[in-house]
Amino acid sequence: MIVQGLAFYMFAAILVASAVMVISARNPVHSVLFLILSFFNAAGLFILIGAEFVAMILVIVYVGAVAVLFLFVVMMLDIDFRALRSGLLRYLPIGGTVGLILLVELAVVLGAWAVAPEATTGVAAPLPPPEITNTRAIGQLIYTQYVYLFQASGLILFIAMIGAIVLTLREREGVRRQNITRQVSRRREEVVAVRKVPTRGGV
Amino acid sequence: MVEFWNGYAWPTIWIVIQIVAIIVPLLVAVAYLTYAERKVLAAMQLRQGPNLVGPFGLLQPFADGLKLFAKETVIPSGANRVVFVAAPMMTFFLGLVAWAVIPFGEGIVLANINVGVLYLFAISSLGVYGIIMAGWASNSKYAFLGGLRSAAQMVSYEVSIGLVIITVLLCVGSLNLTDVVLAQRTVWFFIPLFPMFVVFFISALAETNRAPFDLPEGESELVGGYNVEYSSMTFALFFLGEYANMILMSAMTVILFLGGWLPPLDVPPLNWIPGPIWFALKIALVLFFFLWVRATVPRYRYDQLMRLGWKVFLPFSLVWVLLTAGVLIAFDWLPK
Repeated sequence: MIVQGLAFYMFAAILVASAVMVISARNPVHSVLFLILSFFNAAGLFILIGAEFVAMILVIVYVGAVAVLFLFVVMMLDIDFRALRSGLLRYLPIGGTVGLILLVELAVVLGAWAVAPEATTGVAAPLPPPEITNTRAIGQLIYTQYVYLFQASGLILFIAMIGAIVLTLREREGVRRQNITRQVSRRREEVVAVRKVPTRGGV
Repeated sequence: MVEFWNGYAWPTIWIVIQIVAIIVPLLVAVAYLTYAERKVLAAMQLRQGPNLVGPFGLLQPFADGLKLFAKETVIPSGANRVVFVAAPMMTFFLGLVAWAVIPFGEGIVLANINVGVLYLFAISSLGVYGIIMAGWASNSKYAFLGGLRSAAQMVSYEVSIGLVIITVLLCVGSLNLTDVVLAQRTVWFFIPLFPMFVVFFISALAETNRAPFDLPEGESELVGGYNVEYSSMTFALFFLGEYANMILMSAMTVILFLGGWLPPLDVPPLNWIPGPIWFALKIALVLFFFLWVRATVPRYRYDQLMRLGWKVFLPFSLVWVLLTAGVLIAFDWLPK
C-alpha cells in the first residue's frame, strides 16, 4: 500500500506542477511539452486506479496524436514572447471567470453524488465483476447499453472532421498533380516517337 | 527489517536484475545490428565492409562507440539547451522502455500486462517526440524541416499500424502479448493475414524512419535532417535509440505475425530449441529484410510517401478490418 500511496503522490504532484507550468511557461513550445508531461502523469493515475485501458488510450490519442499536432502548429508560429506576456492582466478576468464556473460545476456534480446517493446508480452502469479485464468491460458497455450514444458521438466527430476539411480546403489554380494510374498505364508507343533525323537538318 | 527486505528491497533488486538482463543483450544487439547493416550492405554492393578491427571487423561497433564517446559535445549557441539535450535522451529512453512488455518465451516477460499491445503502440507513437524536439531545439532550418517531416510521417503511418493491430486483435480476442503469441499455435497470422503483414512491415519501415522512408534524415536534401546539429554522445543516443526501435518493430512484427517464440512446427528437433532462441532468430530475419530494403529501394518523394500512407494503406487496412471481422462472425470463429 505504501508504494501505491507514494506513486499516487508522485504522479499527482508532478501532474499539478506541470499543469501550472503549462499556463505559466514563457515559451509556448515548453507549454506544450509540459502539457504532454501532465497527460503522462494523468495516465499514471489511471493505472493506479486499475483503469489501464483508459490510461493507454490517453497516451495514444492525446500524447501520440493530438499533442504532436499541437506541437507542430506551435513550433511554426512566429511568436513575440513579450507581446504574449503583456495581455495577462487584460485576459485574467475572463479566464478566471471561466475557470471559476468550471470549478463550481465540478463541485456541483461531485456534490450531487454525496447529497443524493441514488443518483450514482442512475448515471452509472453497474460495475462489472472484477475477473473481467477493464478493456472487455468497457467494450461490453459501450457496444450494448450505450451503443446509440457511442455511435452518436462517433457521428459528431465525423461531422466535425468533414467540417474542418471543408473549411480549410481551397482549390488552387494551376497546381500540377501526379496521377499515378495514368503514369503507370502509359505505354511506350503513346509517348515516344522515333524519328529519322537527317544530319544537320533538325527535326 | 526482514519484512522490509522481503516486501520492498528484494522485489526492487529482482526487478533491476531483470531489467539489466533485458537491456544489456539489447544494447549488444544494437551494436551488432550496426555491424550487420554495414556487412549486409557491403555484400549487396560487392564490397568488403568493416574488416580491420578485430577478427572479421567484429570489434568495429565498439571502436565506433569509443570514438563517439571521446568526442566533444557541441551545443549550438542558438539552441534551446534543455530541449536540445533532452531530445536524444528521450529517443533512447523510449527505445528501451518498450521492451518491458515483450514476451521472450512462455512466461519470460518483465511485465505481463493486460494491455501489452496498446502499451507498445503508445510507446512507438511517442517516438516522434525525440525527433520533433531535436528539430525544433537545434534552431537550424535543416533540422527543423527534418523534424516536421518526421512528425507528419509517423502520425500518418501510425493510423494504418493501428488498424493492422486491430485486425490481429480480432483474431486473438485479447490485448495481452502472451495471448497473441499463444493464439498462433495452430497457424501463424502472417498466412491468413498476409496483406496485413506486408502493410505492417512497410509501415514499420516508415515508423522507424528507415529507407526508403528516411526523409527526416534525407542527406541528399537535408544534410542529415533532425540530427544535423548533434555530435558525440547526443548523436550516439539518437543512433542507439533508432536501432533499438528497429529491433523493437521487428519484435512486434514477430509477435503479431510470425508466432513469437513458437517453433515453426511443433515437432522434435524443432521444439527442443528454447523459445527465446526462436524469437531472436525470427527478429534477425525481419531485421535482415529491413537492411535488404535499404540496399535495394530508392528513397520515396515526400508527396508519394503521404499518398501511400493515407490513400493506399489506410483504406486498404480498413477494408481488411471489416473483412476479417465479417469472416470471423460468418464462420463463428470469434475467439471467446
